[in-house]
Amino acid sequence: MKFERREAPYWSARTNVASLMLQVLAALVPAALAHVWFFGPGFIFNLLVAGIFATVGEAFMMWVRGRPPEVALGDFSALVTAALLAFALPSLTPWWVTATGALFGVVVAKHLYGGLGFNIFNPAMAGYVIILVTFPMYLNLWVAPRMGDIDYQHLSIVQTLVFTLTGNLPDALTFDAVSRATPLDVMKAGLNNMETATEIRAYPVMGDFGGRGWEWIGNFLAIGGFWLLIKKIIRWQIPVGVGIGLLGPATFMYLLDPGTSPGPGFHLFAGATILCAFFIATDPVSAATSPKGRLIFGIGIGFLIWCIRRWGSYADGVAFAVLIMNMAVPAIDYLTRPHIVGHDDGEDGSG
Amino acid sequence: MTAPTYDLGKLHGGLRLPGHKAESTSNPILDIPIPAQLILPLEQHVGEPAQPVVGIGDRVLKGQTVAEPDGEMGVPIHASSSGTVVAIERWPVARRHGEKAPCIVIESDGKDEAISDTAASDYSALAPADLLLRILDGGIVGLGGAVFPTAQKLMQARTCDTDYLILNGVECEPYISCDDVLMRERPEAIIGGARVLMHALQVNVCYVAVESDKPEAIARLGEELARVDDDRIVVKQVPTIYPSGGEDQLVQLVTNREVPSGGLPTDVGCIVQNVGTAAAVYDWVVRGEPLISRVTTVTGDGVATPVNVRARLGTTIEDIVKFAGGYTDRAYHMIIGGPLTGKSVSTDEVPVVKASNCVLVVSKSSYVRGELPCIRCGDCAVVCPVQLQPQQLFWYACADDEQKLRDFGLTDCIECGCCDLVCPSHIPLTADFRMAKGRIRELADEKARAERARHRFEARNARLEREQREREEELARQKAAAKAAGPAAIAEILRRKQGHDEDDAS
Repeated sequence: MKFERREAPYWSARTNVASLMLQVLAALVPAALAHVWFFGPGFIFNLLVAGIFATVGEAFMMWVRGRPPEVALGDFSALVTAALLAFALPSLTPWWVTATGALFGVVVAKHLYGGLGFNIFNPAMAGYVIILVTFPMYLNLWVAPRMGDIDYQHLSIVQTLVFTLTGNLPDALTFDAVSRATPLDVMKAGLNNMETATEIRAYPVMGDFGGRGWEWIGNFLAIGGFWLLIKKIIRWQIPVGVGIGLLGPATFMYLLDPGTSPGPGFHLFAGATILCAFFIATDPVSAATSPKGRLIFGIGIGFLIWCIRRWGSYADGVAFAVLIMNMAVPAIDYLTRPHIVGHDDGEDGSG
Repeated sequence: MTAPTYDLGKLHGGLRLPGHKAESTSNPILDIPIPAQLILPLEQHVGEPAQPVVGIGDRVLKGQTVAEPDGEMGVPIHASSSGTVVAIERWPVARRHGEKAPCIVIESDGKDEAISDTAASDYSALAPADLLLRILDGGIVGLGGAVFPTAQKLMQARTCDTDYLILNGVECEPYISCDDVLMRERPEAIIGGARVLMHALQVNVCYVAVESDKPEAIARLGEELARVDDDRIVVKQVPTIYPSGGEDQLVQLVTNREVPSGGLPTDVGCIVQNVGTAAAVYDWVVRGEPLISRVTTVTGDGVATPVNVRARLGTTIEDIVKFAGGYTDRAYHMIIGGPLTGKSVSTDEVPVVKASNCVLVVSKSSYVRGELPCIRCGDCAVVCPVQLQPQQLFWYACADDEQKLRDFGLTDCIECGCCDLVCPSHIPLTADFRMAKGRIRELADEKARAERARHRFEARNARLEREQREREEELARQKAAAKAAGPAAIAEILRRKQGHDEDDAS
């Protein structure tokens, strides 16, 4: 009898990329719902716009590169990029702004570097930074979070959609009426005005830890993140590293001088810290890959976030911190090779 | 007797895999009748193929040597039954590269007539060195699949300070159960073999390592140990994790000693032998039967009744499966060995050889894979028992970066296949690494060749230079001699000329 030959091992793999990406997307669902609840339906429109353009960009680039588009679309990685970008953008963002970020992330940061697996930079963060340098004004349009005692102007679904499509607010409204400075902006401006961190924290917008609404989204992101940890889709080193790198110096400075330095709780829940720790920095392709390397990679990101928040001109520093550490990955990986069984590490240059 | 699981070293990574062993262990070992034709490949061990010492038409008896060892790593091959040599020709065999290899084909006469052999009734009276030679004559090689000549391995261990003999009854690879049933059915042969090996090695501690999923085997070995009352031998239960049965991995588990990169277990005072090898040693040294049969697992969803069989070496898989219940409709791939490290063959005409621990016949649907780019998730590094980083190795293998491949330990890869199993991108990492290793070997060979050529070239240049120098020196010497002899010679010439002139004048 004749048989078909093939290479060992003869055993089916346990998982696949598409299922990993889908689980990451699933882990984002609770936080997405919270986002819609606090900041309105704009998030959904951003998600749709980013998703559509990321998918189109991915398909187009696969076609240009002469590869079957369905392969890349089937792994859902473009949708993860789109979702992370949508989380990073204010709920009021005109479609062309979102589209620019999504297309830049997928076309330039991902495919021009060789596609999934070869991109040096995190596509979502590259897309965010291109928005930051091309349309900086739109990143200040964070609507005030829905909280009972804050008086602010609601935008209806239709009004939000109109803004997303045209960039125009209803006639009666101005940007100032609907948008609020984010807690990180308030903190930065307040400190520049010589207010103490404690005084600034007393503003209602600051919430209990890191800002009304924001801290709740952070909670739901953390739930999703822990679920990914339990499912071993991400490993603990990067989230813990980001925590050490950011909260370590933040706590130290807070203890040293609580007047000018907000505490670790604020740093943890404000801005995109938790999103970064569990979902952005953990993008395996652009992160360090050895266990020790991932810890260092995370610490580097956390520390850079803290530096940018403290001394930089931007309120938050997640995108720059991630992109800078992306560049350090090859060196980190080479210097943190784990001990290979049977090797004498004294001679073998392992870090 | 209970087998202790404490006091074990730590193994990095590994995988808990579905065992698929119960299918083939529910029945006792099935003896396969002697087939009409026996196919004996000359290469059933690592090292040079054996040299045939019989001709076509010769009648041979069971246990008769039909091929002698050639070279240091050789072992003899014995006729597995009586009959007539009808051909020495290339025949399909199970190997990774190339489909056919030279084989001695014997048409059996069914009489199974054995040559009278002198079984060493009392091996303990033999000097260890003589015992080693005796083991060599039995044609015994490692039956776990690596087929390293046993006598040579023992001799090497004798030159080192060896503390422990470790019998490998781990059998961690799914589907394979030939060692398990052997431990259940013939514990006396395994323990007896251990005692022979200990005498040959002159070591006083033997660990029999068995995976925790084989309680019956552990119990039977324990009973046998209680019967022979030999407290030098201890059964150690190891956790059921693939690949804890890899040689270096087992040493690490049992003794907590790391076998150095590129080294051998003997570098850390250990020697590992498969339990089947120990039984073969016992059968040869104590019972006088050379290695002419082995236990093989025939399993998978492609065979009707998965079972362990005892077949004469040279029996084709076709004959075995026919006798053991035949194929199912789903039979599509045939793998000789386990599902992770075995070799895929295209025909069931291949014979059972010393290495054949398992015949796995599986359906097509079990593994359809498509390859995506690596996303560097690092799951492969988590499961690697050698703590390599396959994601990095893969990158450098694609880039053909030999130096980086060495830095990241490619040559330490044991090709267990764990990384393939967890890869979400379904990259055939082990196959890629096997290829990259081949390229590194080629490069090293090429380098060595270039080095040799350079040496030859330099030697030739040196010789030419030396000859040139010698010629110049000779010339200079002649010139100097001529110069030194100059005035005298001129005087002589003048004298002669003068004489001549005088003659003319007279």
